[in-house]
Amino acid sequence: MRTILFILQKEFIQIFRNKTMLPIIFVVPLVQLMVLSYTATFEIKNVNLFIVDQDNSPASRNLASKFKGSPFYTVVDFSVSYIVAEEALINNKTDQILQIPPGFEKGIISHKESNLQVTTNAINGSAASLMSAYALSIIKDYNSNIIVEQLGLRHPPDPIRISSAFWYNPELNYFTYMVPGILVLLVTIISAFLSAMNIVREKEIGTIEQINVTPIRKYQFIVGKLIPFWFIALFELAFGLILAKLMFDIPMLGSLGLIFFVAGVYILVTLGLGLLISTLTNTQQQSMFLTYFFMIIFILMSGLFTPVQSMPEWAQWLNKLNPIAYFIDVMRMVLLKGSVFSDISKQFFSLLGLAVLLNMLAVWRYRKVA
Amino acid sequence: MEDYIIRVENLTKKFGSFTANDNLSFFVRKGEVFGFLGANGAGKTTAIRILCGLLKPTSGNIEVAGYDVSRQSNKVKKNIGYMSQKFSLYEDMTIKENFRFYGGIYGMSGKAIREKTEHYLHKLGLEKEKNTVISSLPLGWKQKLAFSVAIMHDPRIIFLDEPTGGVDPITRRQFWEMIYEAAASGITVFVTTHYMDEAEYCQRVSIMVDGRIEALNTPEKLKEQFRVDSMEDVFIKLARGQQ
Repeated sequence: MRTILFILQKEFIQIFRNKTMLPIIFVVPLVQLMVLSYTATFEIKNVNLFIVDQDNSPASRNLASKFKGSPFYTVVDFSVSYIVAEEALINNKTDQILQIPPGFEKGIISHKESNLQVTTNAINGSAASLMSAYALSIIKDYNSNIIVEQLGLRHPPDPIRISSAFWYNPELNYFTYMVPGILVLLVTIISAFLSAMNIVREKEIGTIEQINVTPIRKYQFIVGKLIPFWFIALFELAFGLILAKLMFDIPMLGSLGLIFFVAGVYILVTLGLGLLISTLTNTQQQSMFLTYFFMIIFILMSGLFTPVQSMPEWAQWLNKLNPIAYFIDVMRMVLLKGSVFSDISKQFFSLLGLAVLLNMLAVWRYRKVA
Repeated sequence: MEDYIIRVENLTKKFGSFTANDNLSFFVRKGEVFGFLGANGAGKTTAIRILCGLLKPTSGNIEVAGYDVSRQSNKVKKNIGYMSQKFSLYEDMTIKENFRFYGGIYGMSGKAIREKTEHYLHKLGLEKEKNTVISSLPLGWKQKLAFSVAIMHDPRIIFLDEPTGGVDPITRRQFWEMIYEAAASGITVFVTTHYMDEAEYCQRVSIMVDGRIEALNTPEKLKEQFRVDSMEDVFIKLARGQQ
């Protein structure tokens, strides 16, 4: 026990004497929260629209003005030529084309039907379906206006009325969804990278030799190495949660105690991973690359940006080994839904299992006898 | 027989098909300054690492400080000190912090650590520098400090793996004075070196060539045996003879 205290003392001295350490602890979370939260957005707020009005009638102008009035749309240009509009689409000057063909108004007035064409750049599929949904809803709105106002008909009552209520994030606030996930990244990156680099650093400068000839036991050395980062990562989480509250007013319905309890286990997983990596590599460079490799895969598969449910089955299966996915789940559930321990027990025990597994592997791999 | 502190019998270490140590047998007496010489790649470092418990031997019986290195490596480790050519103090910590850390992990009491720190700082004339980080000290000072740290827990044996590499002649001389002082206080010194003048300072010397010990005796006897005037010539004769 006393030996561990001496190792801890040494580690803390070294960590806080390192001039890049304090900025890493305080600036990284701020920047990540600010940049990622604002940029990793799914909402499309600004669709560039090209209007091809070949009818040039009050009706077509009325429809065009509906688009112009929408907060989601910026009308970039008008033309009567569809070819010109298509060129703009090819040049990325516009995202969507609304084509109102000649005879549009005539069609409406003569009680028949009229056609419209909406062309959407679908390189980014999910953005395209959103843009197309926006356009359809504006056109639908316009449609019912015509029925009521211009044709003087009463809107036929819908046999089924749909009213949606969005639970847990009623305003569909995007930050509410993203920020808890980004906090997970923060904690993960700090703990995994720092621990992966730490023991390798002793290998690089040669002090590990000296440690290995002392009577220090494996577990003492490892515990002494990991505890400081465990505290730093938990501190990061607290700091990140405070920023999340102050900057984004993220709801915190569940128990913060539960969050920290699960985080304590989660950080053991990432520290174990870092430790394992540091036993497999000989230089800080190698360990950086290896950690980076795992991080990218875990992050992309975690459900932070895209829902896990829409991933192929093998990916969902692989995600059972992904600690980030579990902890993002827990963060979102506890913060936004107020879930209690029984709701997240599956995630908790999975994390516990991973923590035991990775740390056992790491201890087994780390040999004092080379 | 009882006054041998290192006993090596039939030590063999193989890395795949390469034999780094080929059937070594030697004994080191208590309180002796034992020189372990050999050209680069002769297998010195492998042998010293096995003696310190950093590497497992392929076969052989090895006892250090009365303990079997393969089975009681932690007991061996408590009783030895080690200083390698690769610099072993933490560069980003102060002199005092390094003493404190190494003393602490050998289980010394806080009081003992403070006393030893004072003692060595006084001896090296570094009292004023006790709160200086190691990285800003000259190499010679670092080596002397590393040696002091390696013997602060009063080990029975100190292993020195090329301790004076890259150090100027004056510092080397001072370093050897420290080695003699340690030996006089009863610590057995096991030292590898490239400098043949340093070999003359040792009480007994072994010379390794290609994984085998080709000669082992006092420097005087070795010079007599090979009919040369210096250890350097003994060494060259042995190394040549092999080719």
